[in-house]
Amino acid sequence: MPDVASIRKLFPALHQEVYGKPLIYLDNAATTQKPQQVIDRLVDYYSQENSNIHRGVHHLSQKATLAYESARVFIAGLINANHSHEIIFTRGTTESINLVASSLGNLLMQQGDKVLITAMEHHSNLVPWQQLCIKHRGELLVTRFDETGTTDLNHFKELLTRKPKIVAIAHISNALGTINPIQEMIRLSHEQGIPVLVDGAQSIAHSAIDVQQLDCDFFAFSAHKAYGPMGAGVLYGKTKWLEKMPPYHFGGEMVDKVNFTETTFNILPFKFEAGTPNVEAVLGMETALKFVKEIGYENITAHEDALLRYATQKLMEIEDMKIFGSSPHKAAVISFQIGNIHPFDMGTLLDKMGIAVRTGHHCAQPVMDAFDVPGTVRASFAVYNTFQEIDTFIAAIKKASAMLA
Amino acid sequence: MKTEEIQAQIISEFAAFDDWMDKYNLLIEMGKDTPMIDARFKTNNHLISGCQSKVWLHAEYVDGKVFFTADSDAVITKGIVNLLIRALSGQSPDDILATDLGFLDQIGLKEHLSPTRSNGLLSMVQQMKLYAKVFKLKAGN
Repeated sequence: MPDVASIRKLFPALHQEVYGKPLIYLDNAATTQKPQQVIDRLVDYYSQENSNIHRGVHHLSQKATLAYESARVFIAGLINANHSHEIIFTRGTTESINLVASSLGNLLMQQGDKVLITAMEHHSNLVPWQQLCIKHRGELLVTRFDETGTTDLNHFKELLTRKPKIVAIAHISNALGTINPIQEMIRLSHEQGIPVLVDGAQSIAHSAIDVQQLDCDFFAFSAHKAYGPMGAGVLYGKTKWLEKMPPYHFGGEMVDKVNFTETTFNILPFKFEAGTPNVEAVLGMETALKFVKEIGYENITAHEDALLRYATQKLMEIEDMKIFGSSPHKAAVISFQIGNIHPFDMGTLLDKMGIAVRTGHHCAQPVMDAFDVPGTVRASFAVYNTFQEIDTFIAAIKKASAMLA
Repeated sequence: MKTEEIQAQIISEFAAFDDWMDKYNLLIEMGKDTPMIDARFKTNNHLISGCQSKVWLHAEYVDGKVFFTADSDAVITKGIVNLLIRALSGQSPDDILATDLGFLDQIGLKEHLSPTRSNGLLSMVQQMKLYAKVFKLKAGN
């Protein structure tokens, strides 16, 4: 188990009071707080290294370029990419998915073609594919989940026989916590020769990723959900796809030769990185992921699983409690509703007791529709959360429920 | 009573409580007194957009005054809705358009009106003022 008390000390934002109560931050699936070394990295960059990368011959530019490219190499190693040019820096998961939907999507899709997703996708892994299908007068195929929030693999297999051109699946559902059997889903898709994008937004902070073992064609994630800064993320893609795919944005940096009639494009990964990137956020992401690696994914997963089990058991003792998502393979996300209490009411009162949760549809409206609720209250845990915080959280829910009953 | 007097009254009612939980208890209780919208107006046409909780609002114009009825599926929202109705219902369009509803700030509920909140109460205030504007224009014809 990680030393949670020491870890907490690294996070300045956790040591504050809101409305006179110590902050209990349980909205980690939306974004995590940042450790001091990540904050320092951003300040250090602007204090010591700031300059535009890949362009200057001068000392600072070379220093910044080296730092930026070292981050790429580190992240490639962390997720076991075959080559560092398979790591494309983006603004985050959403941009990573849009890049693939736009570039690979338009390369592979012809009129009437299909894309296969699951019914638990975040809007960012749904809307880009839906719009691509609309553009090509195709069809978005959606894999069902059962009452526990577990993906129906038989339905997935059935939909694969309809020959989608691309499969896009969440590793972990942000609304239900379900961990999808992506290894199996990738294998099944590849049997039909279909490339697979994995939305790793919810998994990068919680479980070790090995893209070669998974054999996924694309893996997308954001820094800010893994203790890093906002505005930076990664698209991992297999070389064979990235080489075939046309550029997504055009501008500086991504070009080789330009005249007024034509342009030849730069090599990977720069072909997909037009314009000046968010250098400091990429450096902060590297620091954040080093922090994660240092604690160790096994330790993080073990602690968060223990929190999940403890919180689930305590919540289930509350009268009229309904938890959405009880898949046997579940990450530290709990979506719930108590009786007819509106999630907004519960969230508002918890806030006034110092507890930050998310309420609403969690950018997954079809999931809410499946359970026929307007929204839920969602608590999501990170490595710095404690069992005492869960006790306070449970007591606060009971107090709020009594007021709202 | 003039809207300023009502708003002052609401401020004094909340001034009795320091604790946030007590303030919200009062708000929840107040929600129960909301002039209930007629079932036939509880339609999508009367829904205020941008709310995490649903708010239905209806207005009628009688003898130069605007009268509001409403409902919400969330009890805290309903409490805030009722405060707005107490402050604005039965007032003339001119008075409704002129007031800045500063009492919400003074009782510590201004956060619910900031554009970053997704509960749509800002939209609700705008909708109430829009009703006042429309009734005023119609009356002028």
